[in-house]
Formats: sequence, C-alpha cells, structure tokens
Amino acid sequence: MQGLDFSIVPEYWPLIGKGLWWTVVISTASAVLSVLAGIGFALLVLYASPVVRYPVRLFMWLFMGTPLLLQLFLIYFGLVQIGIDIPAIWSGIIALSLHFAVYNADIFRAGIAALDKGQTEAARSLGFGAWRTRIYIVVPQAVRGTVPAVGNMMIALLKESSIVSMIGIAELVHSAQLVISETYRPFEFYLTAAALYYGLNLILEAVLRGIERKVELSR
Amino acid sequence: MNDTRPMIEVRGARKFFGPLEVLKGIDFSVARGQIVAVIGPSGSGKSTLLRSINHLETLDGGEVWLDGVQVNQKLDRRSFERHINGVRQQMGMVFQHFNLFPHLNVAENITIAPIKLKGMAKAEARALALKMLDKVGLADKIDAFPARLSGGQKQRVAIARALAMQPKVMLFDEATSALDPELVDEVNLVMKQLASEHMTMVIVTHEMRFAAEVADRVIFMADGAVVEEGSPAEFFRNPKQERTRSFLKKFLNG
Repeated sequence: MQGLDFSIVPEYWPLIGKGLWWTVVISTASAVLSVLAGIGFALLVLYASPVVRYPVRLFMWLFMGTPLLLQLFLIYFGLVQIGIDIPAIWSGIIALSLHFAVYNADIFRAGIAALDKGQTEAARSLGFGAWRTRIYIVVPQAVRGTVPAVGNMMIALLKESSIVSMIGIAELVHSAQLVISETYRPFEFYLTAAALYYGLNLILEAVLRGIERKVELSR
Repeated sequence: MNDTRPMIEVRGARKFFGPLEVLKGIDFSVARGQIVAVIGPSGSGKSTLLRSINHLETLDGGEVWLDGVQVNQKLDRRSFERHINGVRQQMGMVFQHFNLFPHLNVAENITIAPIKLKGMAKAEARALALKMLDKVGLADKIDAFPARLSGGQKQRVAIARALAMQPKVMLFDEATSALDPELVDEVNLVMKQLASEHMTMVIVTHEMRFAAEVADRVIFMADGAVVEEGSPAEFFRNPKQERTRSFLKKFLNG
C-alpha cells in the first residue's frame, strides 16, 4: 500500500495548470455564450412568428431530453459525417453552450413572464416599439431577476465542462488522468483536481454574489 | 396650426371585454390647453377610455384623434406600429403604479426615451432631465434609483419622464390612487402647476376635490357611458342626473 504523498504534485504543475487554464477558458466562453443564446432563445420562443418559434421549441425540447455527452458526441463525431468538421475545443464549447442555453432560456422565459405588465405599458406609452421595449426594458430587468437561478446553472456548467475530456481535450480532469497514467498516483492528482474545481467554484460564487449585490438596488 | 381644432377627439368609442361592453359609444373632445377630469365608480370604463386615447387599449369601434391625426387608423401591422409609436411620443401617460423602470436611475428613466427615440445627445438629455426634475422638485434625486424613492417621489419622476418627451397632452390614470394620503398633495401640486402652464390634460381620478379645483370640465361616467358633463361649478353644485347625485352623495358622505 502506498501512502498519500502530495510532494509529487508541484513537479506536474505545468500540465495540471494547463488543464486548469482550459477548464477556465472553456467554461467562461460557454457561460457567456449560454447566457446570450439563452436570452435569444427565450425571446424567440416568446415573440417570434410561429415559423421560427416552433422549430426553436422543438430544438429546446430535444436538447433538454438528451444527455450532454450524447450532444457532445453528435457535434464532434456526428457532424463530420455530413461534412461539418468542428475542432474539439469548439465542439466542446458549442455543446456546453447549447446545453445550458436551453436551461437558461427557460429561466429567462419565466423571468420575462413574471415581469409587471406596467413596465411594458410605460415603455410603449413613451413611444418605444415592441422590440425596443423588450431590448431596453424587459430583458435587462428579466435578466436581473434571474441572476441566482442562472448562477446555479453556471456553477453546474463549470463542473460539467469536464465532459469535454471525452473528446480528448486536456482540461483539468483529463490532465489529471494524463499525469496519473504516468505516476500511478490517482488519489493525489484527483484530489488536486477536486481542490482546484472547488477553488474555481469559490471564485465563481464570489463573482455571482457581487453581481447579485450590484443588481439588488436596481430592481 | 389650427387653434380651434380639438386636441383630443373621441367619437363613438366602443370596447368589449369578452361579452361585457365597457365603452358604449363615447363621444368627447378636449380643447387645446383644456383640463378634463373623468370621474365615476370603478368599472365605469374611465380608465379604459383614457387608455384607448394612446391605444394601450384597442377600441372595437369609433375613432380617436390627436391634434388632427387619427390615432387608431387602419394600417397594416408594420405601418401601424410606426404610426402609433410616433403618436405616443406626443402623449405623456402617468400610471397609477408609476411604472418607473427599476433597473435605471432617475436620470436614465427620464432620458432613455429622448435618447433612444429622438436621438438626443446624452449631455443634452441629462440637462433636459435636470430641467424636468426641477419642475417636479426632485433635482437632487437625479442619480437615485427608483427603489430609494417614496411613492410620491416616484410619481413625480414618472411625470418628469413623460414631460421630457415634450408631449402635446398628458394623460393621468388615477395618478394618486396608489399613494399614501400624505403623499397625494405633492403630486397634485405638480399637476396643478402643469395646468397653470396650459398643458392639455385628461385626468382620471377618484379625488372630487382635486377635480373641482383643477379641471375646466368634468365628465362623469358610469357603466361605460357618459352620464353627465359640465364645468366643475355646475357639475358639483348642481348635478342634473340622479345617477350623478347618488354618486356624489356617497362620495361626500364617505
């Protein structure tokens, strides 16, 4: 039996650090895109003409009903077959973004629906058209109201981002695995990866709390 | 400019909510600079009438005109949207529940429409906001968020917001009904000042005393119809209809 020995970790830090970096990059890009796409989907589902609305709803329904891993494989391995070759990093970002955009869209849709009708009426009475009212008045308020719920989604996204290791991206988990295959020290390096995820989560939570505090006054 | 043309004209306004006829063919007009108070029991259709002037309610029959332009024209959807946005920029509306934009501070609440709809420069818009806030006595709140204001202050900002678009008319939909009694006066004072500046106003209100003080003409509605109208003096002192008398009696005793 081997005892725990963390003194081996610093030696492999360059590789682990690179994995951490990719986890941060992929998560951040996917988080931003999933929020923007989520707002877009919510607006389309609520306001677009039926020709657009129903396909979007079908798409959302399909994405909610299938596992993220399957979506990732479809985008990375499946699309190649019909001539769409997306690099692994982008496949990962697209899969994570769309997967969480669908959940975010549902949250935004509820947030928009919960908004006081008087807000729309006030904007319309000033002469704002329907879309300008949505963009300047409805969406900014709905987004503020959904910060906690969307924030939880982003914490989930950060952890789920490890799934891109399945298509060979050396993010944090995959980097740990690479190091373990060399050192045969699974416990030390998985724990190191876990500690790093935990650290990232603490940072993300602090950021979310900051945003919540900032929007609290303006609600 | 034709000064004898009415600023607001409503002809044969009809409106149904499902099977319920809430406006049963209303005619009335407001002259330039005139102040009309619309009173009546709840459910009489007075708010619906007011809201149909700027097309927040769509009439099922009849016409609404603003300064010689028909508000509820028959146009295709896109053209109508453009038309109505233009018309609404000329009408300020003040709501019972203020409806300030909570995500914007006071200055932004007032300037967002001039900036986004009229293309006004930011600095110019802020100067305009300051001027309007001065008018309602809240220049010191220019950077506050609505959540930090009292109800009376919110409503005064809402009035400033409407005035910043330099409207031809102001529509007040029970502007003081949601306020604590001690905050009503500060809003009424602003409205009286507007009256003294000859702003054309239609005021839907529950406050008989205020209507009597500020209005040139009082319209009494019940069950979707105009029961009686006249100058405040004759209306309050000498109501002709039984329905008006019983309404006023209930109000004065209550």
